[in-house]
Amino acid sequence: MEDKRITVAHVQLSSCCGCLISLTDTYEKLLDVLNSVDLVYCQTLMDVREIPKADIILVEGAVCLDDHHAMEIAKEVREKGKIVVALGACAAVGGITRFSKGGQMSKPVQSSFSSLTEVVKCDLAIPGCPPSPELIVNVITAVIEGNTEYLKPFVRYGERKYEACGCDLIINAINKSLCMGCGVCAASCPTRAIEMVEGRPLVSSQLCIKCGVCSFQCPRIEV
Amino acid sequence: MEPLGSYKSIISARATDSRILKRSQDGGIVSAVFIYGLENNILDGVIVADKEENFKPVPKVVTTPEEVLEAAGTKYTVCPNLSVLKSAIREYGCERIGVVGTPCQIISLRKVLKYPVGFRHLVNKVALLLGIFCMENFPYMGMKTIVEELCGVKLEDVVKMDIGKGKFWVYTRWGDAKSIKLKKTHPYEQISCHVCTDYTAELADISTGSVGSPDGWSTVLIRSEKGEEIINKMIEEGYLETKPVDEGKFGLGILKKLALTKKEKNMKEIEHRKELGLPVPPKVC
Ligand SMILES: Cc1cc2nc3c(=O)[nH]c(=O)nc-3n(C[C@H](O)[C@H](O)[C@H](O)COP(=O)(O)OP(=O)(O)OC[C@H]3O[C@@H](n4cnc5c(N)ncnc54)[C@H](O)[C@@H]3O)c2cc1C
Ligand code: SF4
Ligand code: SF4
Ligand code: SF4
Repeated sequence: MEDKRITVAHVQLSSCCGCLISLTDTYEKLLDVLNSVDLVYCQTLMDVREIPKADIILVEGAVCLDDHHAMEIAKEVREKGKIVVALGACAAVGGITRFSKGGQMSKPVQSSFSSLTEVVKCDLAIPGCPPSPELIVNVITAVIEGNTEYLKPFVRYGERKYEACGCDLIINAINKSLCMGCGVCAASCPTRAIEMVEGRPLVSSQLCIKCGVCSFQCPRIEV
Repeated sequence: MEPLGSYKSIISARATDSRILKRSQDGGIVSAVFIYGLENNILDGVIVADKEENFKPVPKVVTTPEEVLEAAGTKYTVCPNLSVLKSAIREYGCERIGVVGTPCQIISLRKVLKYPVGFRHLVNKVALLLGIFCMENFPYMGMKTIVEELCGVKLEDVVKMDIGKGKFWVYTRWGDAKSIKLKKTHPYEQISCHVCTDYTAELADISTGSVGSPDGWSTVLIRSEKGEEIINKMIEEGYLETKPVDEGKFGLGILKKLALTKKEKNMKEIEHRKELGLPVPPKVC
């Protein structure tokens, strides 16, 4: 029985650890519900040095192109993971790391960050800063059960190699005369960058952290 | 094509509480269900469309029967009810939320429940989805034009608006009623409504509207077990008065006809957009 359990690894690149916190918020539930997951690698939580082969490798964070080590890890997860999941905004669409431009201590020379989806092929990508615990459980469950219908949008996000932004709502919903003013985009935004004005989202570019949640949640945009 | 979506049963009903009927749009089903839910610990907060002066719609989380009553009545303009979804659990700390919405809002909420990417610990706190029938909606300035320019009434003087008998009605605080042919309001419709094919909020737990029942009554589609349970309790305990829905031309007949008309007309618009290579609303749930 033991060797049948699905192995899951969590690898962190340039990120804040928020996605991991969201993941651990679910972990007991995952064990309870599925009793089939084995966390085999997670630097923050356990003492395993080498990234092992795993059924699912969840990768959090953007890839620093000025850091060879980060590039090596990106390559390594692709080789070792059966399914590579870009977990959260930074890995999936760039998120807040899109604002990085170097000059910071302790590594002032590191200035270029790209989403994991831009660097290696990702089987799935989940936007969100962070994605909710429930959503992460749903995705992992769908992977285990082979529920491809549920995973479709995440497969597509894995294929897209460009950033996300609150303006996606303007371009893909409002400009296409599809927005009907449900307001869900505004509620979903982690930084409250969206205010509803006369039934339409108004996005503050000062507050938007390019997490990709609003346009994912919009029921009028194909994801 | 099933014009009304799937449902367990359909009835005509109205609230028995006169305080509700005095303020509600039709049979007061939405307000009655919410008040019953709040008073019986089935719900601890509900999301409604309240209004400020000049009929400005305001989405609100409310927790008392008084506030539910305050927000009763239809606002014929877009009210982004779901924009306060997160605030219901974060700021109000609700654990059993009821939400009322137009069919598009119900679809949007179902998508949240299926893919709660940006909604931590929300899913199991959404307890009841109430859908209201909807043929089309108006942007705020569209509604203003209809009321002020076509009906000649200042928005500040309006106490109620209604659509019925082929007309758009405006009731003033002095007790006057003004109306214009519904046809005249079409140019002011929200264009994104023209790609919407859901008339009766097919994904709600309970859907309700005026069409299909006599004046002052509502048609109620009971769709889920949750919806059935609460409606049955309300009937048993005397909160709702019911009668079988009229199966004839002016009951179920007209309801199905309108639902089908919306589907067919807007499917055409969707096809037209596809021909032009424009995006159309995706299938969500
Ligand atoms: C834009 C629009 C178009 C409609 N078109 C039709 C139609 O074609 N045929 C039909 O039979 N019925 C239609 N309705 C529904 C109808 O007008 C009543 O709202 C419904 O019958 C409920 O009445 P009630 O007495 O049960 O509810 P009430 O007790 O009066 O409560 C109504 C509830 O709806 C909420 N609400 C009001 N306006 C909005 C809004 N704009 N967005 C979201 N929530 C809102 C209020 O907060 C309130 O809680 C429409 C409603 C709207 C908002
Ligand atoms: S507007 Fe908000 S939800 Fe949308 S991408 Fe920006 S931060 Fe994310
Ligand atoms: S989520 Fe709703 S309000 Fe926001 S852009 Fe989409 S349709 Fe419009
Ligand atoms: S017609 Fe459709 S899109 Fe327009 S408000 Fe009604 S339910 Fe929403």
